[in-house]
Amino acid sequence: MPDPLLPRRFRVLEVRRDTHDTVTMDLAALDGADLGFVPGQFTMLQVFGVGEVPISVSGDPARGCRLTHTVRDVGGATRALCAVTPGDVVGVRGAFGRGWQVDDGAGGDVLVIAGGIGLAPLRPAVLAVLRDRLAYRRVSVLYGARSPAELLFPDELEKWAADGDLDVDVTLDHATPEWVGRVGVVTDLVPRARFDPARTLALVCGPEVMMRYVAAALTASGVPAHRIRLSMERNMRCGVGLCGHCQLREHLVCVDGPVFGLDRVRPLLDTKEL
Amino acid sequence: MRTVADLLIAHPFFADLDEGLVRTLGRCSRNVHVSSGAHLFREGEVADQFFVVRSGRVALDVHVPGRVTEVVATVDAGEVVGWSWFVPPYRWFFDARAVTEVSAVSVDASCIRERCEADPALGFLLMQRVAQVMYQRLQATRLQMLDLYQAGRGA
Repeated sequence: MPDPLLPRRFRVLEVRRDTHDTVTMDLAALDGADLGFVPGQFTMLQVFGVGEVPISVSGDPARGCRLTHTVRDVGGATRALCAVTPGDVVGVRGAFGRGWQVDDGAGGDVLVIAGGIGLAPLRPAVLAVLRDRLAYRRVSVLYGARSPAELLFPDELEKWAADGDLDVDVTLDHATPEWVGRVGVVTDLVPRARFDPARTLALVCGPEVMMRYVAAALTASGVPAHRIRLSMERNMRCGVGLCGHCQLREHLVCVDGPVFGLDRVRPLLDTKEL
Repeated sequence: MRTVADLLIAHPFFADLDEGLVRTLGRCSRNVHVSSGAHLFREGEVADQFFVVRSGRVALDVHVPGRVTEVVATVDAGEVVGWSWFVPPYRWFFDARAVTEVSAVSVDASCIRERCEADPALGFLLMQRVAQVMYQRLQATRLQMLDLYQAGRGA
């Protein structure tokens, strides 16, 4: 068992620019051993000499030999990560945390609700569902983004919609008249989606305010709180519950989360100091 | 053959309203089809009707001098376009453009206002429906104003 505090060296295989400030990179372990992860988990990604940040895995869990991360440049270490090129070597610790536990949705409907870059941690869950599509009933992806230029994975969204295996509904905050899709907020998509509330597993990721309102819309629709899962973002450092940087009252997000059932975190969403 | 009143009765905006009342509103209404790219109304014009959208998508556009036209919201089947007809000075605040071909019921505003004044119960019920639409749009607009997906504001 490798030391979870020691980074492993991964080579950058490919880098794709998603938007003006976001890139997706594929990595492979130099030691040849697959990382292994479940949808919803994160790793600590490190640019040597610059810094280390928690980033959710955005790749296909069935392709263990290739670790995929989508990183947004928000300063410091993420800027350095967005600047890597094929052949560079980065450090990786993990994967850490509790994931979406997508299998819990088997036999029922699955609602995947993402805002902004929140689609990245949900992508592995969608891919896992698609891989075992017959195990689920209706599957919908509801996605809210800022503008057409800031849509994440637009080609993949189009493909998912075209293949007909799941419903895809996208809405934007702002658009110019060339955009023929919806303009509005992602919460408004919830009442339009087709799902049986009592048999639905909802996976939600985005800014916390967005998740709060989506959770309220889902609850109003009748989805039980324990079937609404949210990915909480806090300042993860060690990744193994030692340092306490990611404490969210009684939870350590790096080991108890980052994915939580709404029944466990609902009071925390309304607490301003947290 | 379905009448305009039947179309209103089948629309979610009028769900659970007394059928007789909706038929009254039907006498103020007509069925319309709007081609993709055409306008249902333009900013500044008299708001003399509102639209009950049956199919298609309508964009609400705003022109900002020196900037490109922005779509601030879209309205789809099952929703209604316009509430400026309800509040003086009865002028449209945005352009409404058909993004796709749109089928809608156009409801004559002065006819409805007259009926509401003559029948306060009808006016109250309609006010509740319009207020619900305004409330939802206001909530959505507030969330859009937060610009939640901007870099550095969470996931």
